[in-house]
Amino acid sequence: MNKPLRRVAMAMMAMIVLLLANATYVQVIRADALRNHSGNSRTLYQQYSTPRGQIIANGKLLASSEATDSERFKYKREYANGPAFAPATGYFSFVYGRGGIERAENEVLSGTADSLALNRLQRMFSGQKQQGGNVELTLNPAMQQTAYDQLAGSGVRGSVVALNPQDGSILAMANSPSYDPNRLASLSSDEQQKAWNELSEAPDDPLVDRATSTLYPPGSTFKLITAAAALETGKYDYNSEVTAKSSIKLPKVDAQLPNYGGATCGTMPTAPLWEAMARSCNTAFAEVAGDIGEKKLRETARSFGFGQDLDIPMGVEPSSIGDIENQAQLYQSGIGQFNVRMTPMQNAMVAAAIANDGKVMKPHLVEKTLAPDMSVLDRTDSEELGQAVSPDIAHTIRDMMIKAEQYAGDEGKISGVQIASKTGTAEHGEGKDPHGWYVAFAPAENPRIAVAAVVEDGGNVGADATGSKIAAPVARAVIRAGLQGGG
Amino acid sequence: MAATSTNPDNREAPGGPGKGTGAATTTPTRRGTELVLLAFAAVIVTCALTLVNLNLESQPPSQILYYGLAFLALFGLAHLAVRRWAPYADPLILPLVAFLNGLGLVLIHRIDIGNAAEAERAGDAFSPAAPSQVLYTALGLVLLALVLVFVRDHRTLAKYSYTCGLVGLVALALPAVLPSVIAPNINGAKLWIKLGPLSFQPAELAKILLLIFFASFLVSKRELFTTAGRRFLGIDLPRARDLAPVLVAWAASIGIVVLERDLGTSLLFFGIVLVMIYIATERAVWIAIGISLFAAGCLAAYSLFGHVQQRVDAWLNPMTSDSGYQLSEALFGMATGGIGGSGLGGGRPAIVPYAKNDFILAAAAEELGLLGLAALLLVYLLLTARGLRAALAVRDSFGKLLAGGLGFAMLLQVFVIAGGVTGLIPLTGLTTPFLAAGGSSLVGNYVLVGLLLRISDASRRPQQPSKPQPQQPPIAEAHTELVERPR
Repeated sequence: MNKPLRRVAMAMMAMIVLLLANATYVQVIRADALRNHSGNSRTLYQQYSTPRGQIIANGKLLASSEATDSERFKYKREYANGPAFAPATGYFSFVYGRGGIERAENEVLSGTADSLALNRLQRMFSGQKQQGGNVELTLNPAMQQTAYDQLAGSGVRGSVVALNPQDGSILAMANSPSYDPNRLASLSSDEQQKAWNELSEAPDDPLVDRATSTLYPPGSTFKLITAAAALETGKYDYNSEVTAKSSIKLPKVDAQLPNYGGATCGTMPTAPLWEAMARSCNTAFAEVAGDIGEKKLRETARSFGFGQDLDIPMGVEPSSIGDIENQAQLYQSGIGQFNVRMTPMQNAMVAAAIANDGKVMKPHLVEKTLAPDMSVLDRTDSEELGQAVSPDIAHTIRDMMIKAEQYAGDEGKISGVQIASKTGTAEHGEGKDPHGWYVAFAPAENPRIAVAAVVEDGGNVGADATGSKIAAPVARAVIRAGLQGGG
Repeated sequence: MAATSTNPDNREAPGGPGKGTGAATTTPTRRGTELVLLAFAAVIVTCALTLVNLNLESQPPSQILYYGLAFLALFGLAHLAVRRWAPYADPLILPLVAFLNGLGLVLIHRIDIGNAAEAERAGDAFSPAAPSQVLYTALGLVLLALVLVFVRDHRTLAKYSYTCGLVGLVALALPAVLPSVIAPNINGAKLWIKLGPLSFQPAELAKILLLIFFASFLVSKRELFTTAGRRFLGIDLPRARDLAPVLVAWAASIGIVVLERDLGTSLLFFGIVLVMIYIATERAVWIAIGISLFAAGCLAAYSLFGHVQQRVDAWLNPMTSDSGYQLSEALFGMATGGIGGSGLGGGRPAIVPYAKNDFILAAAAEELGLLGLAALLLVYLLLTARGLRAALAVRDSFGKLLAGGLGFAMLLQVFVIAGGVTGLIPLTGLTTPFLAAGGSSLVGNYVLVGLLLRISDASRRPQQPSKPQPQQPPIAEAHTELVERPR
C-alpha cells in the first residue's frame, strides 16, 4: 500500500500548492484591484485610522485631523475657515473622494508617499502610530482671507489669483461662492450626501474652482498680449501712433466695433500706443491685431502659457484664443472678445510675467512637504516656463500699465504704492451684464505681487459695471493685504 | 511470568508494549524534541497574543505571560500523556497541533474584540467565543489522552469496525432526521444537534468512526476490489457488484447534500472514501470512477437545488452576487493584508460575517498576510504528512489505511474550506481544523490526532510483535508455550 500512500502524499502537496498559488493571486496579483475596489470599506477605514497630515500656510493651520470617539473613523478632517481656503485645501470625503491639495498631495498627507518610506519604517520599529506627512502651502493667509472676504462679503461671484512674480508661488486663490469642506468631511455619510447634493445642485457652482478651471472672456485685459505681440514685431513702440476713432467698421462684414461708451481715444485723430492702452481703446487694438496677424498673436499668447497643460499641482484648464476664421474675428479677438477664453490663473500669469521682466514662472501652491516631525521632505523649486517677451518689451508694457492705472478708478487706492494695471470689461452674451477684470502688479518698480481679479456678471453694479468699478477694488485690497503683511 | 522470563526470543513481553529493553536504547523516543517544539509553539502563540494586545489594548500585559504559561502547561500535560502512553509517537504532531490551536485561540480572541465593538455600536448583546474555545481545547486534550490510554493498540479498533460504521452512519444522519427543535437549521444547513445550551455537530465524530469502519472493511475485502471485470478501452473495469461500496458512499454524500444541505461534508466524505479505496486497491481507476460520479452528482445538484446555484454564483461573482458579500469581504480583507499582512490587531477581520468560524483563514490572511497564510497551510501539510509518514512506516494494513485516511481527511478538509474562503472553489461550510471556533470540530480533531499519535507510536516502536496481538491473547500464547516446553 506504500505506493498509493506516496501518491496521495504528492496529491496533498499539490492541493496545498494550489491553495498557495490562489492566495498569491488574491493577495499579490489582484491585490491592488481589490484594494481600490469601490466596495472595499477597509481602504476607507484605513484612511481614517491614522491621523492625516496637516495643510499649513505661513504658520496658519488650514486642515488637520482631529481624534474622534468613533471606532470606525478614528480621525475627522477639520478645516479652519473652510470656505475661504477651500480652493486650495480641497475636501476629503469618504463618499465623494478628494479634491484640491487633499487629492493632489494625498500620498504625502496619508503617509503612503515614497518620500515617507524611511519615516514609516522608523515609526514601525519604534512602535509609534503611523502618521501622515504635512504640506505647507505658498499661500499668504492674509491675502487669501482678504480675497475671499472681498468677493463673498459683497455677495458677488468671481475669483482672485495672486502670484509672486519672481518665483511663481501662489499667494492667493479665492473663489466666490465657495463651499465648506467641513461638511463633506463629516463622519456621517448622510450629512455628506446632503451637503454634496446641495452644493452640486446650487446654481452658482460653488464646487467649481473658478481660479483654475473656469474660462472667462478676458475683455480688455487681453490687450496686454496684443500689445506684447505688437511690440515684438518691432513695428510698434511705446509711442507708435494708432487710430483714435470712436468706432471702426469690421473688415468684410457689415458691423461696427466701437470704443467703450463710444468715446474717442483722446482728442487727436490718432493716439500713441500707450494712451490707447491707458484709455483701453478697442478700435486701436483691433486694428493692431489685424495688422500683426493671427499667427503672431497666437505665438505670443502661447509664450505666456496659453494652450499649455499646467499642474499647480492641481490641473489648470488651458486658456485659448479660440478659432479665428476671418479678419473681423481677429479684430474682435485682439481686444479679448469673440472666442478668447482665460482662467484667472492665466491672467495672473500674464501680469506676473510682465512684472518679472518677461519671464513666465510656473505657478505652484506647495511650498514644501514635511515629515510628521516637520522635517522637510521636499521643497518646490521655482521653475521658469519661458521668456514670453524681452525685458525691454516687458518694461514698455509696464509703463503703459502705470498709465492705465490712472484711468482705472480710485476706489481702494493705496497711497505711496505705484500699481501697474489693466482693466477689462468683457461682454459675454446679449442681455447679460459684463464680467469685470483687473490684472495688476505692485509695486510697479519692484513688483512683489501680481494679481488677477474677475467679478462675474456686473457684480453689484449691473449693466454699467466695468473692471475698474467692480474688480479693481477687490484686487487692490488683496495687494494692500500682501504689502502690509510683508507677503 | 516464568514463560516470559525464559523466552529465548527477543519477543515482546505479554505484560504490554513498551517494556522491552533491548532495542529501546537504540531508538530514541524523541520526546525531548517534542517538548522543545511545544515550548517554541507556546512562545509564538504568546508573542501573537502580545501583538493583539499591543494593537488593541484590551488587557494588562502581565496577564499575557500568565496565559502563555497556562497554554504551555496544558500542552505540557498532553506531552506527559504522550510520554507515558505513546512514547514513540511522532514528535512533530503535538507541537504542530499546539501551534494551530494556540494561534486559533489568539485569532478568535482578536475577532471577539472586533465583534464586541461592532455589537456595542449596534447595541446588541455579545458573548465572546474565546473562553469556551479554551474549555473545548482542554476537553479535546483530555479526549486525546483517553484515546492514548484506552486504544493501546490501534488494531483493536478493527474489531469494532461494524459498530463504528453503524454508529457513524446514525450520527451522520441524525440531524437530518431529527425534528427542528433538536436539530435546528442554522444558516441553511441542518448539521447541528442542540440540547439545551449544548450544541454539537455529529458529523465530526461520524467522520472518524466511518474512517475506522472503511479502513477495516477495505482491508478485509481488498481482493474484491482488485478482481478485474471487463476490459474497456484498455482499462480494467471492476465488476459491477464491486461498485456497491462506492455507490453507497456516493448515495450517502448526495443524501447529505439533499437532507442536510451541506456541500462541504458531502465532498469531504466522498473524497475520503475514494482515496481510501485507492490506497487499499492501488488502482487509480477507482479515482476516475469516483470523480465521474462526483461530477455527475455536482451537475445534478446544481440543476436541482437553489442553494447550490447560489453558492456557485457567489463563487463566480462575489462582488455582484447577492450572496457573495461574505466572500467579497474576505477577498477585500486578504488583498488589504497583502504580502505582509496588517499585523495582528491591525486589520478589520470582523467585517467578514462568521470570521471566527468559517472565515478564520481569511482573518489570518488579512492580519498575517500571504506569508502567514502560507505558513499556516504548510503547517497543515506538515501535520498531515506526518500522518502519512506514520502510515508508510506502520506494518499492518489496517494501520496504514487508517493513518492515510485520517491524514488525508484533515488535509482535504483544509483544502475545501481554504479554497472556499480564498475563492478557489465554491464556498462550503467546513471548519478549519484546530483554528476555527467550534467545540465539536476541535474535540473531534483531537480524537483524530490521538489516533495518529497512536499509529505513529506503533510505527516507530522498536519491538513489534511478529504476529497481530488481538487475535492471540497473551494468556493463550503463554499457555501454549508452557505445554510445549517439557517435551
